[in-house]
Amino acid sequence: MNRSPAAPWLLVSPAAVLFAGLVIVPLVLTVILSFLTYHYDTGIGDQYTLAHYGEVLSDSYYLGIFWRTLRLAFLTTLLCALIGAPEAYILSRMRKPWRSIFLLVIIGPLLVSVVVRAFGWSMLLGSTGLINGALEILGLGPVKLLYTETAIVIALVHVMLPFMVIPVWTALQKLDPQVEAAAWSLGASRFTALRRVVMPQVSIGLLSGSLIVFGLSASAFAIPGLLGGRRLKMAATLVYDEYMQELNWPMGAAIAIIVLLANLVIMLAYNRAVEARARRALG
Amino acid sequence: MAFLTLEQVNKFYGELAAVRDVDLSVARGEFVSLLGPSGCGKTTTLQMIAGLVEPTSGRIMLDGRDITHEKPNRRGLGIVFQSYALFPHMTVAQNVAFGLEMRKVPRAERDRRIGEMLALVHLSAFAERYPRQLSGGQRQRVAIARALVIEPPVLLLDEPLSNLDAKLREEMQFELRRIQRSVGTTTIMVTHDQAEALSISDRVVVMEAGRMTQIDAPYRLYEKPATAFIASFVGRMNRLEGVWRRNGSASAIEVAGTVLASEAADIPAGSVVTATIRPEKLRLHKAGEGRLDGHVTSRFFLGGHWLFNIETPVGVIVVSMPNDGEEPAREGEHVGIGWTPASLRIEASGGEATT
Repeated sequence: MNRSPAAPWLLVSPAAVLFAGLVIVPLVLTVILSFLTYHYDTGIGDQYTLAHYGEVLSDSYYLGIFWRTLRLAFLTTLLCALIGAPEAYILSRMRKPWRSIFLLVIIGPLLVSVVVRAFGWSMLLGSTGLINGALEILGLGPVKLLYTETAIVIALVHVMLPFMVIPVWTALQKLDPQVEAAAWSLGASRFTALRRVVMPQVSIGLLSGSLIVFGLSASAFAIPGLLGGRRLKMAATLVYDEYMQELNWPMGAAIAIIVLLANLVIMLAYNRAVEARARRALG
Repeated sequence: MAFLTLEQVNKFYGELAAVRDVDLSVARGEFVSLLGPSGCGKTTTLQMIAGLVEPTSGRIMLDGRDITHEKPNRRGLGIVFQSYALFPHMTVAQNVAFGLEMRKVPRAERDRRIGEMLALVHLSAFAERYPRQLSGGQRQRVAIARALVIEPPVLLLDEPLSNLDAKLREEMQFELRRIQRSVGTTTIMVTHDQAEALSISDRVVVMEAGRMTQIDAPYRLYEKPATAFIASFVGRMNRLEGVWRRNGSASAIEVAGTVLASEAADIPAGSVVTATIRPEKLRLHKAGEGRLDGHVTSRFFLGGHWLFNIETPVGVIVVSMPNDGEEPAREGEHVGIGWTPASLRIEASGGEATT
């Protein structure tokens, strides 16, 4: 068969055009925008400057928000791994009808908008909400939950959990169930078998789940916006405010680029460290 | 003396009986095979010995100790799984080391025992490889080494050769027997392959629908199958339904009007009987020179021997002939079939003939 050398290029071109148009071009424009000058009187100028980057990286206000973003994203990832991995394991050990039912229960929340779920959490966590009501009955008094970091982490973990459970579950599906029995027969307790035999084999699933959860948490907008309130900002809400409240687009662009780069560096480093280990073992 | 015994072991899944009234006693150092078609309960029996499945009732004793409800990690048995179940993220040496680590064997002794075990299975050069870098037969040997290095009282093999190709399977049969002989470990193997069971076991246990129907040495199992099922499952068998005739001192079986000579048997004349004979105990002769005439409908060349399907007045008879280097009867040819009366086994199938 005679194939045109241009065929592969033609075949990838629709996706390439889409990617270039919707990702590359806006990204390049954002990078350019972040270097443009800004005055409150005249708006965006046509000179180039590094002032926005300088301001963001030297102002403790911005650094504090970045630090909080990283901290909360990391905490969310950790909690998702701690809850999601056992959840996936239990799911994979379930029998026929229950497995699909519970898988649906886990994936189900993805069908509901994040905004709706965030409002749901704000009703639960509010000062007159269900949780505070219950605490009051128990005599533990009202606790400030809404508009705290705790509220953001609780809601983020809830939203992100399926992104952790599904990759880990997929990895567990590939696991030969006899491998665990083999470990028992060699004298390993259930816990040791999990730690020494099952965990290393699902580490790839845990890694990809962690990457997704971390990336999505660090750039989450609706949940910090609705549950963190006006004062407890995270990176994405900060960018939004710079654009829409301050109208300082170059500043917003500079923050967005810094968040993007920081996210990229952290995820690549993490990916390399864990995947190298897993690759060596699993091929 | 019995080393491992199963006493009245039952396993029910709801109403379904997977294993029923199983009694088995295995002597120290013995190689016993559980043979049967899929779904006969042989794997469930093995898993109950291993502790992976809890028996519904009955007792399992190992060296005088009741292990019926003991956890698998406390039994200390070596198990080779059908899929081998190697740890893919560990090297061969690490796989073998696992059981010793669990037993807190000191490092120096651990290394020595791993070395010895890998030498036994001829894998010393592969210690640092990962399971995915090995062939099927090598993986199998790693699984055996991993199970044997902990010096288990009993080695359990679950269809150990079923994932190997025919040639390798034959080699591994002998290899398995050699390893078992040299370490002397009591071994129980589950298999659905009768040739495998016959060739390497000291005794074979045939299971049918959850029950053990015959426990015997391979040779006796083949020559004196206890049931019609075993006769057809273990090797090939020609079966003829007929009526028992006695004429003075001569006995014979009459099948569809043809009278076939047989040895005497203590059966009342006129009863319905089943005659069975193995294909390799039949001989081909020229037409008219045997005890029964027929024509060859098909023949198969199997390397070591020939297999003939011969259409006779009493039905299709399968004859197996060793390959002596010459081409025997062709398809369509008329031949005679001969046998020594002693090799024709007669059994009363119950009931009186009406004719």
